[in-house]
Amino acid sequence: MLMSGPDQQQRAEPGLTVSGLHCSRDGRDLFKDLSFRLRAGELLVVEGRNGSGKTSLLRILCGIRMQESGSINWDDSPIGELGPLYHQEMAYIGHHDGIKGDLTVAENIQLAKALGKPSGTDLQTILKRLQLSGYNEVLARALSAGQKRRLALSRLLATVSRLWILDEPFTSLDRRGVEICEQLISSHLTHGGMVVMTSHHAMELPGVEITRLRLS
Amino acid sequence: MNDRSLARAFSLLLRRDLVINFRQRSECVNPVLFFVIVVTLFALGTGADRALLLSMAPGVIWVSALLASMLSLESIFRSDFEDGSLEQLLLSAHPVTVLVLAKVTAHWLVTGLPLILVAPLLCILLGLSGEGLETLILTLLIGTPILSLVGAIGVALTVGLRRGGVIISLLVLPLYIPVLIFGTSAVQMSAAGFPVNGQLSMLAALLALALALAPLPTAAALRMSLS
Repeated sequence: MLMSGPDQQQRAEPGLTVSGLHCSRDGRDLFKDLSFRLRAGELLVVEGRNGSGKTSLLRILCGIRMQESGSINWDDSPIGELGPLYHQEMAYIGHHDGIKGDLTVAENIQLAKALGKPSGTDLQTILKRLQLSGYNEVLARALSAGQKRRLALSRLLATVSRLWILDEPFTSLDRRGVEICEQLISSHLTHGGMVVMTSHHAMELPGVEITRLRLS
Repeated sequence: MNDRSLARAFSLLLRRDLVINFRQRSECVNPVLFFVIVVTLFALGTGADRALLLSMAPGVIWVSALLASMLSLESIFRSDFEDGSLEQLLLSAHPVTVLVLAKVTAHWLVTGLPLILVAPLLCILLGLSGEGLETLILTLLIGTPILSLVGAIGVALTVGLRRGGVIISLLVLPLYIPVLIFGTSAVQMSAAGFPVNGQLSMLAALLALALALAPLPTAAALRMSLS
């Protein structure tokens, strides 16, 4: 269990600490001895060729995939031990949008809220920020690919998460959608959030220092 | 996260699955149709011997219910796996076992409960009535949730495979044997006028065991399938 005594709090280093991470697929090493730290307000962009293990790294950071060796600590505790305590502070947008086509836009957002730590932001505000106003009662499967992606991004607003793990968040978004997503990221960072993401898109985030991690 | 938000997540997930099933009705209609057709085929195939049909009735109905429930198992996690919702469930702020329980409950309400509702009609077809019929409904009521709970483990193990169908039946059918044995024997005994408390208690114990334990391996298997 988590101790929250005064000593513990002083020692705890908030954020994500990764050390000596090793991951292989089908006997081939994707990366070895990977270490980095992520603190409040920091953005880490993972770069690399297709198949270099970007998605695998992100899935390991989420705790969906197991690493061969190495440790991932969240506020100084291994994420495997924290389990749901880690997941309630983290939001993940993967390759799949993770939305149900047979539910309406509003129902999808409501469910996302219930599964995470719900934020105080109400439905209309979320829809407005993602430019999905008026789509509340539309079934998600009737949306275009870009609109589905925006709906997936609504999870970031519907829940309070300190760490965002975004795998190619700009996929199928139009220029306006990319701008919206960039705004979400920079406002999250200025509020002390952390972001790990992959992207093939050159981002324009004024005033944000981008740390790059190159996988080869 | 507190208990209230957990209860809310449970009920919302349960409602979500019911709404989705209602919007694509085939999922809940297919198992019932399968159940009705198989039992009818048995009735047609055994000819006009009423005594034979009556003595076979418990077994026929129970085996058909097993197969119908098995056919529908894949739908518990398949679509969630394909559209990425399963990842989100595993990464939710709540224990995965509780969410698994919500999904299995929804699955039983959609595929198990309808079987129980049509079973009395099929009993009439097979000539089973009175005490035997009541006991059959009771055993189905206790037994079919066990099928969904145990089946969920099999589905969770095979959801990552492209063709999990046959493997699920190989994994799950042997585990269904105790339910089948106690279910049919209760019906036969009660039709013959004997007390069946023993069999019903065994079934209830199996249900309690499955309720408490099955979500754990299911959650672990889902993690394995996704990693």
